[in-house]
Amino acid sequence: MNWDDSMPMVSIKDVHKAFGDLEVLKGVSMDIKKGEVVCIIGPSGSGKSTLIRCINALNDIQQGSILVEGQEVNDPHLNKLELRKKVGMVFQQYNLFPHKTALENVMMAPIRVLKQSKAEVEKTARALIKKVRLDGKEDSYPGELSGGQQQRVAIARSLAMNPDVMLFDEVTAALDPETVGEVLLTIKDLAEEGMTCILVTHEMNFAREVADHIYFTDRGVIVEHGSPTTFFDEAKDPRTKEFLSQIL
Amino acid sequence: MSQSTYNGFNSRKNQQQYKTDLPVMITPEAKVPGSLTSSLSAYIFKPWHGFMLIFFCIVSSSIAFGVDENAKSSIPEVLWRWMPLLLKGFMFNIVISICAMAIGTAIGAVLGLGQISLNKWVRRFSWIITQFFRNSPWLVLLFFAMFLLPFEIKIGGLSIPLPDWVKAIIGLSLPVMANVSEIVRGAVVSLPSGQWEAAESLAYTRRQTLWLVILPQCVKRMLPPWMNLYAILTMATVLASIVGVSEVMTLTGQALAAEGGRTDLLAPFYSFVLLIFFVYCYPIARWTVRLEKKFSVIG
Ligand SMILES: Nc1ncnc2c1ncn2[C@@H]1O[C@H](COP(=O)(O)OP(=O)(O)OP(=O)(O)O)[C@@H](O)[C@H]1O
Ligand SMILES: [Mg+2]
Repeated sequence: MNWDDSMPMVSIKDVHKAFGDLEVLKGVSMDIKKGEVVCIIGPSGSGKSTLIRCINALNDIQQGSILVEGQEVNDPHLNKLELRKKVGMVFQQYNLFPHKTALENVMMAPIRVLKQSKAEVEKTARALIKKVRLDGKEDSYPGELSGGQQQRVAIARSLAMNPDVMLFDEVTAALDPETVGEVLLTIKDLAEEGMTCILVTHEMNFAREVADHIYFTDRGVIVEHGSPTTFFDEAKDPRTKEFLSQIL
Repeated sequence: MSQSTYNGFNSRKNQQQYKTDLPVMITPEAKVPGSLTSSLSAYIFKPWHGFMLIFFCIVSSSIAFGVDENAKSSIPEVLWRWMPLLLKGFMFNIVISICAMAIGTAIGAVLGLGQISLNKWVRRFSWIITQFFRNSPWLVLLFFAMFLLPFEIKIGGLSIPLPDWVKAIIGLSLPVMANVSEIVRGAVVSLPSGQWEAAESLAYTRRQTLWLVILPQCVKRMLPPWMNLYAILTMATVLASIVGVSEVMTLTGQALAAEGGRTDLLAPFYSFVLLIFFVYCYPIARWTVRLEKKFSVIG
């Protein structure tokens, strides 16, 4: 591929997506550069989840183009597996595999999908679990962990695939207020290490703190976007202003 | 998925997690004297009730008929004489049930996976087969197997005989197959879609997702209904007597005939058959309930 670091890591152009008659995305465009942290905010049902699920082809799109490292996602001959090795995703509901321990959850994909050696994977998996501050919980099953702990295992599980981009879909929305902080801290660490992150979030303070760029979506279009300071302090569109006044 | 679904999921999960130690979460066990629930719980069927009932049948009928017919040998004596044969017949029922279960499970599992195949035709074919055999009376399927299957199969020069009991196994394995197929399909679709999505986003192939993530979680969901099915199958093996397989019911009939058709023997003999089925199936039912409880707590 003739793609290099200076070009956008993820380039979304005029994406349209409908579920049956329901048009959810009506021409969305955004570019995310390598190492950038982008937050997508917006009211419920505005298509945020749908958009980021299109990036790793969990949803297909009807029109437009999504390039991930120069590779077209909206292509019937797309090798989804290769795409998903590059794009990690963390869900609102953690979705850990309940029949496997935390360590096994992290180790499974690199062994089975990337065919790496078990000993090597175990070493990186233990390091990752330490990195998300869960040392000592390696052998716990998801059912024995708190929501915040499970979510951090889920982040470690995604990182074990060594992705180039991470997608986070409201990863703190299902958590108790006390545990939200620990998960956000983990994501902040990642962002500071230069991981390219696309986050859907309702945590405005967090977005202001870590994001390089903020997109506000409403009813399937991007209403406004900009750096955190311009976005939060100088919002122009009335819809943005109304949303911010409700949430802040 | 909407916000409210997530919340619903969440609260359910928490409930399960704390179910064991929170008194409010424990289902009302009815300790209030005189209340409706407490009077109902007094009637809950316990194992010894079953034994009592059946023993009562045997003993009372023995006494009722046995007293005035001193010319013939007493009922317990007759029953004792035939018991080894009846038990042997019952072993045959167990063999039929185990074989039919094994065959039905193997083919049913394949059919069940066929029902969730990505290929439309495989999916339709598996669905039709499953629905057809699931909604047919077992006895009719048994008759079909009996009268449509040849008495021997020729493969090359080799001829394999198909005795009646083998045909009975095949006939009974058909409904088992269809039910197992539904159990497999039901367990797979009952898993939250998040499990599929998580595996997909980690670049698992569909096959890997199925075998490494989905099916291992399904096994424990499938176990209780599968055991239930086995208990039902075991009781259905007596249908084979209608098509002449010498299992316990057939032998009981023959024993009664050999005793000269004494009507006073009918109740004790059939009570005995009931008892052995009860002794065999009841533990399976109890175990199923225990597994169900255990899995519902773990989630
Ligand atoms: N698989 C689907 N089938 C049909 N409709 C869907 C599907 N997924 C999402 N939708 C609809 O698309 C719209 C946008 O959903 P989406 O989940 O992207 O919103 P969201 O911005 O993430 O909202 P939230 O903040 O509540 O998560 C909603 O109206 C939703 O009902
Ligand atoms: Mg969403």
